Amino acid sequence: MNKNTPRLLALSVAVALAAPAMAKDITVISFGGANKDAQAVAYYQTFEKASGNKITAGDYNGEMAKIKAMVDAKKVSWDVVEVESPELLRGCEEGLFEKINWSKVGNKADFVTPAVSECGVGIFVWSTAMAYNADKIKVAPQGWADFWDVKKFPGKRGLRKGAKYTLEFALQADGVKPADVYKLLATKAGVDRAFKKLDQLKPNIQWWEAGAQPPQFLASGDVVMSSAYNGRIDTAQKEGKNLKVVWTGSVYDVDSWAIPKGSPKLKEAMDFIKHASQPENQAVYSNKIAYGPTNLKAIQKVDPKSATNLPTWPANLKNALALDVNFWVEHGEELEERFNAWAAR
Amino acid sequence: MLEVMPTMSQTLTVNAPLTAADGELLTVKLARERRNKQLKAVALVAPLAIFLLLTFLVPIFMLLGRSVDNPEVVTHLPATSKLIASWDRRALPSEDVFQAMARDLTAAKEDKSVPEVAKRLNMDISGFRSLIQKTARKMPLELAAGESMRDRFIQIDERWGDPDHWHVIAKNAKSWTPYYLYSSLDLRETKAGTPELAPEEERAFISIFGRTLWISFWVTVFCLLLGYPLAYWLANLPARKSNLLMILVLLPFWTSVLVRVASWIVLLQREGLINSALMNLGIIGEPLQLAFNRVGVYIAMVHILLPFVILPAYSVMKSIPPTYMRAAISLGDHPFAAFWKIYFPQTVAGVAAGALLVFIMCIGYYITPALLGSPEEQMVSYYVAFYTNVTINWGMAAALGSLLLIATMTLYAVYSKLVGANKLSLG
Amino acid sequence: MLPTYASPIERVWFWSFRIFCVMILIFLVSPLLVIVPLSFSADTFLLYPIKSFSLRWYEEFFGNGVWLTSLKNSFIVAPAATLLATTLGTLAAVGLTSSDFPGKSVLMSVLISPMVVPVVIVGVGAYLFFAPLGLSNSYFALILVHTALGVPFVVITVSATLRGFNANLIRASASLGANPVTTYRRIVLPLIAPGVISGALFAFATSFDEVVVTLFLAGPEQTTLPRQMFGGIKENISPAIAAAATVLILFSIALLLTLEWLRGRAEKTRTSAA
Repeated sequence: MNKNTPRLLALSVAVALAAPAMAKDITVISFGGANKDAQAVAYYQTFEKASGNKITAGDYNGEMAKIKAMVDAKKVSWDVVEVESPELLRGCEEGLFEKINWSKVGNKADFVTPAVSECGVGIFVWSTAMAYNADKIKVAPQGWADFWDVKKFPGKRGLRKGAKYTLEFALQADGVKPADVYKLLATKAGVDRAFKKLDQLKPNIQWWEAGAQPPQFLASGDVVMSSAYNGRIDTAQKEGKNLKVVWTGSVYDVDSWAIPKGSPKLKEAMDFIKHASQPENQAVYSNKIAYGPTNLKAIQKVDPKSATNLPTWPANLKNALALDVNFWVEHGEELEERFNAWAAR
Repeated sequence: MLEVMPTMSQTLTVNAPLTAADGELLTVKLARERRNKQLKAVALVAPLAIFLLLTFLVPIFMLLGRSVDNPEVVTHLPATSKLIASWDRRALPSEDVFQAMARDLTAAKEDKSVPEVAKRLNMDISGFRSLIQKTARKMPLELAAGESMRDRFIQIDERWGDPDHWHVIAKNAKSWTPYYLYSSLDLRETKAGTPELAPEEERAFISIFGRTLWISFWVTVFCLLLGYPLAYWLANLPARKSNLLMILVLLPFWTSVLVRVASWIVLLQREGLINSALMNLGIIGEPLQLAFNRVGVYIAMVHILLPFVILPAYSVMKSIPPTYMRAAISLGDHPFAAFWKIYFPQTVAGVAAGALLVFIMCIGYYITPALLGSPEEQMVSYYVAFYTNVTINWGMAAALGSLLLIATMTLYAVYSKLVGANKLSLG
Repeated sequence: MLPTYASPIERVWFWSFRIFCVMILIFLVSPLLVIVPLSFSADTFLLYPIKSFSLRWYEEFFGNGVWLTSLKNSFIVAPAATLLATTLGTLAAVGLTSSDFPGKSVLMSVLISPMVVPVVIVGVGAYLFFAPLGLSNSYFALILVHTALGVPFVVITVSATLRGFNANLIRASASLGANPVTTYRRIVLPLIAPGVISGALFAFATSFDEVVVTLFLAGPEQTTLPRQMFGGIKENISPAIAAAATVLILFSIALLLTLEWLRGRAEKTRTSAA
């Protein structure tokens, strides 16, 4: 025994105690359900294998409150978060997210434009589209005007409980061209018009909050048509449900990875984002769930059968509307509050 | 412990002050004993009191404080806040104010506090967010000779030439605001600082408070209508039988609320048990809408709260000797009359206390309406959670929460008077 | 029982009243009975009729990391909160019943108030208080707040037991030569134990069933079983929820039986001690 033994012992104890922190496990939070399942296969498991770092996967419904609380308290336990574009932009302005070092992610030119931003890296392109149960409706509805037509298509409708997308759909149902939707919504008259249109449908609406609900409502016959995230409908189709998507008038956008400011595992978080941006992995994801890859190189790798179901497929994009992120950052709070007042009546 | 009990002879015969064995005045000793005992009692309660103070009372008081807290403009635009106080609130503010604004925005840009100010001002006028952000991005401004800051601001965005925008800044240039509380009552502040009713399409909360009370009222009534007879029946059964049946009341009481909500969904949904049973029996042709509406919320809430009426009613009824009723009936009263005149009045206090407790719990309900109701069933609690998590408008959450808390505490005070909190028992 | 000389109207009344009461009992228990069989369904939806049976949802419950983690978290938070609440609550109840002091009834009302303050307010208040301290998304804050919610039940049950406690027993014990510690251990504790334990059970059930505060204070690492069920009901109703519900129902039966057994024991000790 030499006299250093106690010190060595202490050191090894200290190392042992510190070990959990050094294993560099990262916590990745995304929107749950089918999306998370696909992410687990395409990104989490492959990342764990490639890097040796474990991933604690969690889900949330996009509430920024938790992130803000963590960042304000400087005790960040989420390392990578999936966020929608308006939240990404707002959070970036408010200093909730780390700036992305794009040189560590890849070539910006390889990505679709909305996937590249100061604080986020696009994960996938999604679409909120109209879906219907083809077992209950024989004649395919053509667009949002049909969605509003309860005489031709009797039954309940599902819509997301919130102003976002809902107001866009209402205006399109009222005959507004996709290109004019946001111009109109920026005016009080346009907002009034959207709410007036919603008034007509209100008794027939069943609201949903989580992306997993619309396919359930459609499958169980609670509603005959619903707005829905296209990927969830695709998953239900794969499970044998006869659900169909109408792309006309759909609203599309990207979801992005962001790193809450002050994450103690910045490097691993960036590694994960880089890993999830690789074309091979994105293609696995898009084969699993019908959301479009953000990495342009991934598109050729997607199974051709799946490709036509992606929001990024040219025919699907033709009559679709890109979500105006700046509009929602500016007017989001006011419109969501008015929507709430309206829905509660 | 007392060392000497005064004996009978002492109390009867002695006029001199009583003394204890050690010669000390007995009254003094007694007083000290009592004080010691009190101190010991307080010392025993203290840990819990301090614990609740820190984990429960302080957080709630801080929440109440947030309902009037308005720090954003004062903290991040300090110079402007000071100067704008003396503004006449008619024409545009003076050049000094514009200068101060430029300085404040420059500083705010440095310490990254612009979004906070922008968000707060955007609540009053939507679009203010981008105005502030856009202007802050241009800071610091270099003025050309002879150029005024005012012109420069208006050049950046003409909204700076609109006194209404400055009015919002002036209004928020103090550290507290009635804004959130007004909004919670569907009011808004006029330029003169008096409250007025908000435009109709923005009004929501009065009706939400009304709905909260209305749903709670009916749930309480249903609980009474179902709970009272059942408690009466159970209380008048032989002990063995009533104990056995009581388990049927207690088992749901001890079962997780979420389990019960999930079960009600199974029973009430469109293709649920009740609808399919009724359709198989040919009573209805089309499934009824039982879940995700008012009916579902009523059913599940009554189910959850019913034991809170049954248990106190049962224990009150158990304590009423059956002989009273028998006596009344044998004296010629009709059983119903006997019940109404003799039995019922003795149960009123206990049952009313139970009902009040149900009502108090009802008005704070969140889970059941959130899972089984449509937006038209959401009560105040839902909106507190909504503002906290979704829009991160903590002022609004605090204001709604404060009003809800005031209502609850008022009822609780009535309850304490009626029952005495220390006499509360749990079945 | 109905006397033989009852008139037809009385008969009708008697029986319809009974049927009414039995129906209320059915209303109370049926939800618990309905969900259990669904947990053995092989289908992916929570729907009757059950076409084929399987244990797949129990496999999901006990095999899936999410459900098991949430169960584990519940068994971390609830016992810790129970221990704290029982200790603090019992001490306070002893203090409150042992002597009168100024402001006692107000204090009592305050100590009971966590039971009546709407949970959302407790949750938001705690969240906005603990988050800046870096304690949101931690077991610590969750345990503290659950303790606060459970404390009233301990105070109430232990106080109730203590009020029924005959103080002469202490004097008798002392006069027979026992020192205070022995008296406390041999006389007081056994007599108030049922009150303490049933208070503890209430506190445990409160924490074990709590979802609203958890919604605000817990991160994904601290998800408890009710929180997991809440998310499941809201987003993805699968029979795994029925499996979780069945486990919880078994658990509540165990709680209830313990409580009933204690009540019986308490009555026996009290009557034999009196």
